[in-house]
Formats: sequence, C-alpha cells, structure tokens
Amino acid sequence: MPMLDYTAPSTVEEAVRILAEASGIAKVLSGGTDLLVQLRSGRTKPDLIVDIKNIPGISGICERDGAFVIGAATPGAVIGECEALQQAWPGVVEAANLIGSTQVQGRASLAGNLCNASPAADSVPALIAARATCVVAGANGRREVPVESIPTGPGRTSLRPDEFIIEFHLPKRPPRSADAYLRFIPRTEMDIAVVGAGVSVTLDPGGACTDARVVLGAVAPTAILVPEAAAALIGHTLDETVLAALDQAARRACKPIDDKRGTIEYRTKVAGVMARRAAVIAYERAGVRR
Amino acid sequence: MSKHHVSTTINGEPTEFLCEPQLTLLDVLRDELHLTGSKEGCSSGDCGACSVMVDGRLVCSCLMLAVEAEGHTIETIEGMARGHDLHPLQRKFLEHAALQCGFCTPGLLVAAKALLDRNPNPTETETRYWLAGNLCRCTGYDKVIRAVLDTAAELRGE
Repeated sequence: MPMLDYTAPSTVEEAVRILAEASGIAKVLSGGTDLLVQLRSGRTKPDLIVDIKNIPGISGICERDGAFVIGAATPGAVIGECEALQQAWPGVVEAANLIGSTQVQGRASLAGNLCNASPAADSVPALIAARATCVVAGANGRREVPVESIPTGPGRTSLRPDEFIIEFHLPKRPPRSADAYLRFIPRTEMDIAVVGAGVSVTLDPGGACTDARVVLGAVAPTAILVPEAAAALIGHTLDETVLAALDQAARRACKPIDDKRGTIEYRTKVAGVMARRAAVIAYERAGVRR
Repeated sequence: MSKHHVSTTINGEPTEFLCEPQLTLLDVLRDELHLTGSKEGCSSGDCGACSVMVDGRLVCSCLMLAVEAEGHTIETIEGMARGHDLHPLQRKFLEHAALQCGFCTPGLLVAAKALLDRNPNPTETETRYWLAGNLCRCTGYDKVIRAVLDTAAELRGE
C-alpha cells in the first residue's frame, strides 16, 4: 500500500480547498464501493482520500414542488426507500437499486456510480433519460450541468481535480410521464450490464408520446443519448412499427466493444431489444398516471 | 504516516482504536479488535462474508475504511447471540444444516437478520434476492433459504 492520508471535511468549501491544494492525487470518497476495490487492486494510488460524507446534506433526498434533490452520497438503499421518488421516477430508482448487492446498496451512491465512469454504470442511462443535472462544486464556485456531460470515457470524467458533485436534480414531471430502466445480464442478480437501456416518456391524453429520451449503456465508451430513438417514439402510440423503428435507431447508435460479456453483434442486437422493452414499460407506467 | 483515532460503538460497547487510513473496517475488526467472526473472502464486495451492520444498514466491512467508522454504530456477528443463547437464525441454521464449512455463515446470518428485522414475512424470492450478495460454495443455498424462512415463521409465532 502507498502512503495515504484521509480527511473528512465538514463543508463543501473546505472540501474544495483541500482538493484544490492537494499536492498529489486526491480521490473523493462517497460510498467507496468502487474506490476501495480500486485501492485494493492498486488500480488507483491516491495520496489523499477526501471523504465527503460528513458534509451536511450530502446524503438524503428532498422534494421541492415536485422536483427532487438527491445528495451526491445518498446510498442506493435510501433511494429505494423514498416513495415519492419511486412514484415520480421509477426508472431512476430501479436503475440505482440494480447496482450491486444489498450490502453494496447500503453504501453505493449516484455520484460514485457516475464518477467511476464505467460505460456499464446502471444509474447513468436512467439519470440521463430523466434529464437529471448535477451540481458541481469547485474552486471557481458551483455549476449545474447535465449528467451526460460528466463521463468522457471509461474511467474518465470532465471534472477538474478541485471539483466534486454535491447533488443531483430531477425535474418536476408533467402528467402522464414515466421512465424505466432495464439491463441485460446473463443471470438474475450481481452482474455488470451487457447492455442497459433507460427510457423516459410523456404521453398526451390519447396515449401518444409528446416527449421522449432514450439512453443506452454499455454499448459505447460512455452512456449514449439517442435522439433518433426518441424521435421514433414522439407523436406515436406504441405499435409494432414504432417499436421496430426504435429498435433500429437504438442499434444504429451502438459502438460497443467485444469482450467476455458479449460480442459487438450480440450487444447491438440486445440494445434494440432492451430499448423496446424499456419503452413498453415506460408507456405502461405513464398510461396509468392520468 | 499518522494514525487516526476512531471512536465507534461496536455491539453496544463504546470502542476506540487507532488505525492507518488505508485499513478497512474488516482489517481493524479482525486484526486490531480480534472480532474474527467477520470473514475476508473476496475483499471486493462480491462475497458478503464480511457483512456487518453500520447504523442499521447492511454493508461489506471490506468496502469501508476503518476511519469512516468514526461516530458510527457497528454490529457484527459477535453481537448476535445473547451469551449462550443463540439467535433464532443461528439455531435454525444448525437445525437445517444450512452450513458446511461455515466460512460464509457469519455474513449470511448478519444479512438474514437485517432482512427479518425489516421484513418479518419475506417471500422466498425476496429472501434469495436479499441474500444474493452472500456467496456459499457448500450448501447450494437451499438449506440457507429454508432456515431463514423457517426462522421468520417462528418469529411470527407460526
């Protein structure tokens, strides 16, 4: 083990100052379910760990006029227990709750899942589909940016060394809106996505889609927003023609790798299927919310 | 390298220790505090043998730095029995022979207790998903699941 120091600041400003002044590599710690594995394996060798969990408000969920603020370090288990969030954003909640085991859910956070920057991160496609934003604190103050602007490639983010995420914002939902997230793994639990698909829709009173976001995970270096797939839904109720157009648009957007979890051809095929199935679930959920 | 002073409550007892920042909670529980019931299986959060409760949440103690325990309340397998009186889960694991080598057993018991504390009447499916983060190479899980469901029934007075 390398020489390592640990600090747990109690304000955002103090954390930013520590990160900005750090001489070596500093890593931000929230739940630690990825960071500790990387420390152990030697994949990351920080000089300093900055634990943000002592910052008031960094963990917890609050609802303001139908919109939600989720603290960066809020564990998955807490997200899963929030009934109001489950009602408004069932896809975001089911995606966050797919991360790891019950034990991992006790610690793992949205900020960690996003900043670990795995292309297969489960919560990220759902957050992007939801038009979630995150508030980033840094030496130059705070900025609110779309979730999709954070990951830039496997293990890489757009955050500067002095920056970290303090919270996520999920917007208020119009009537007849819902989201869904599905991932494909070759077993039923405890695995990493071969493909993930997040879909968020708003329907008109007749059941036709007026707004949609379709996001795929694990088929490109980052989660990808697929406007062509959303365009296949907008203006339509779901039928086989619409689903086939969605499927094709999703497959066309894929740029996957070949690895032990799936070949390029397999991942591309499955991405279309996952997008279809997630869209069906999102439409069904939105349809019952009148 | 400076050691950190950490104050916690472990199994109801105020407990203080000094630790280097890279040590996990599991390292300190086993090597410093000699609470060797929690096991080190994978050290990557996959096997659940190191399961403990932190502030009432089930976690892997290998995925938490010991310094993160400052000010928090920890329960380990050592706190489960009351003296020589086994917890009903421990008794049922014996009755159902829900273990062979026993390495996964402390983690399974801590995880199963966490389930029954929040859901006194889980379905088999709920139980299997809840315990999916606890790996066992011996039992094939069936006896574990039966022991947990039988304990739940007994605790409900059925």
